[in-house]
Amino acid sequence: MFKRVLVANRGEIALRIIRACRELGVESVAVYSEADIDSMHVQLADDSVCIGPGPSKESYLKPDRIIAAAEITGADSIHPGYGFLSENARFAEICESCNITFIGPSAEVIRTMGDKNTARATATANGVPVTPGSDGIVADAVEGLKVAKEVGFPVMIKATAGGGGRGMRPAMSEDEFKSQFQAASKEAEACFNNGDCYIEKLVLEPHHIEFQVLADDHGNYFHLGERDCSMQRRNQKIIEECPSPLISHEMRERMGEASVRLIESISYRNAGTIEYLVNADATDFYFMEMNTRIQVEHPVTEEVMGCELIKEQIRIASGEPVSSHVLGVEPRGHSIECRINAEDPYNNFTPSPGTIDLWYAPGGKGVRVDSHVYSGYTVPPHYDSMIAKLIVTASSREVAIARMKRALSEFTIRGIKTTIPFQQEIIDHPDFIAGKYDIAWVAKYLNEKKGE
Amino acid sequence: MKLMDEHGLSQFQYEKEDFNLKLKKGTDIEEIQKLIASVPSGGGQVAAPVPVAAPAVASAPDGGAPESPSGEAISSPMVGTFYRRPSPDEPDFVNVGDTISEGQTLCIIEAMKVMNEIKAERSGTIIQICVDDGTPVQFGDDLFRVQ
Repeated sequence: MFKRVLVANRGEIALRIIRACRELGVESVAVYSEADIDSMHVQLADDSVCIGPGPSKESYLKPDRIIAAAEITGADSIHPGYGFLSENARFAEICESCNITFIGPSAEVIRTMGDKNTARATATANGVPVTPGSDGIVADAVEGLKVAKEVGFPVMIKATAGGGGRGMRPAMSEDEFKSQFQAASKEAEACFNNGDCYIEKLVLEPHHIEFQVLADDHGNYFHLGERDCSMQRRNQKIIEECPSPLISHEMRERMGEASVRLIESISYRNAGTIEYLVNADATDFYFMEMNTRIQVEHPVTEEVMGCELIKEQIRIASGEPVSSHVLGVEPRGHSIECRINAEDPYNNFTPSPGTIDLWYAPGGKGVRVDSHVYSGYTVPPHYDSMIAKLIVTASSREVAIARMKRALSEFTIRGIKTTIPFQQEIIDHPDFIAGKYDIAWVAKYLNEKKGE
Repeated sequence: MKLMDEHGLSQFQYEKEDFNLKLKKGTDIEEIQKLIASVPSGGGQVAAPVPVAAPAVASAPDGGAPESPSGEAISSPMVGTFYRRPSPDEPDFVNVGDTISEGQTLCIIEAMKVMNEIKAERSGTIIQICVDDGTPVQFGDDLFRVQ
């Protein structure tokens, strides 16, 4: 087991990782930017190192400073969390060459699955269905249009280096293809330094269903069920649940098998998530991409499957097998998570940084709040707007919904605007209660409201 | 206070102990209470975050800030180990009282086996050396004070 883990992240996930370390009896090191000096995770870590000013590019995205921090604090491992450098193959490589264990898969695997196009090819090679599309990168808009016509409109133009919903544009018809192609490519060039794009058939009104996978050095490759993350606004998830209210038992088996086949084929290690699109009738599933890291919404899987994913990540990385109680675990109950963002949902979700002068989080049976925030905390403007994850778990989906409704109504965050009132509307909506929603639902709902 | 005046070394010794082994000065509850007590709890108005004016030093000792000598601080632009000389058997790059010129190497900060020379951005006189030789530094830590 490691002696000291450096947490190369911030906010709620940094706190989450530090808590897991504490329970494992492992020391933790926090790195932080000047804007995060008052963050709770900095106080609770055993050691902390300032690595730069507020902007991520000058702090959390500086591999050299993070490695240097590991060196001066004697950390023997680094947990990258999600976002930031968690899927940066180069960073994983540097860790490896400095004899610091990167808690995740190898740099090579990150590179393979991080290239969306290569990942698609890997899926196809292993009999995992993918949406019809181009056979790799398309050279330009002209070639892209040819593919689009073959595959049939509408199509999605996707950056191979993209992630987090960026660098993708739909093209509903031939007319808008060229301009959308150029827009996607430009955004990809700006965000990821790589403007290469490929084409996929656009599955209309799809559901986003992802499978949690785990693999260790002792030959264990398995999945821990799915999460339904279809409730999204502009490709950003806002509510997730486990299990999915949509897919049948048979579909779950098929998707689970495909997921395990895929990770075995690339000798995957540690935790990962395979994201699929499922069509409206829930008869077909298509591989979209693989995230070679822990996901934001991992808690709903933890609650239903009775496991602790961050601890398993640390165990696996240190050479231990996955906990025996996690192998062959059966799901129990239903869990729903709301991502609470510092945004004003009634003003186009404008970010709302500022000081929270009163923070009262809900409690009671089956209520879990993962957050680094406290009364008096100031939300800095430099980072993504998520300030808390509210996770409820219950014996059934019906009770979970009632519990989430109750928990959201207790949650008091005064001083900034949050997405809580909007999530209350969704949880109360007949479509959500019936489990009948897809990726396009939020956009449709907001449009209808505008029309009123 | 007299101790503080000696090149700030004593202050730094204290800081060094805190920094290297920040093995929790207090319990979690103490740390949490200290943090919450130190942040503003405004009157419910949305306040813009206050930009951090001074470089963050996580390891500042509890007993209040020492009287800072005059002059400007040169703070660390990186994370690593601070060295006052190019190698153990060579003289220090600079000493208190030295006049420095723009571009002159003041110290080395070593990280990942690379020795990075930290150069002066303007001329002046060294009035304080804030860090002990061979000590880890983080981004923003004061290295020198220059007049």
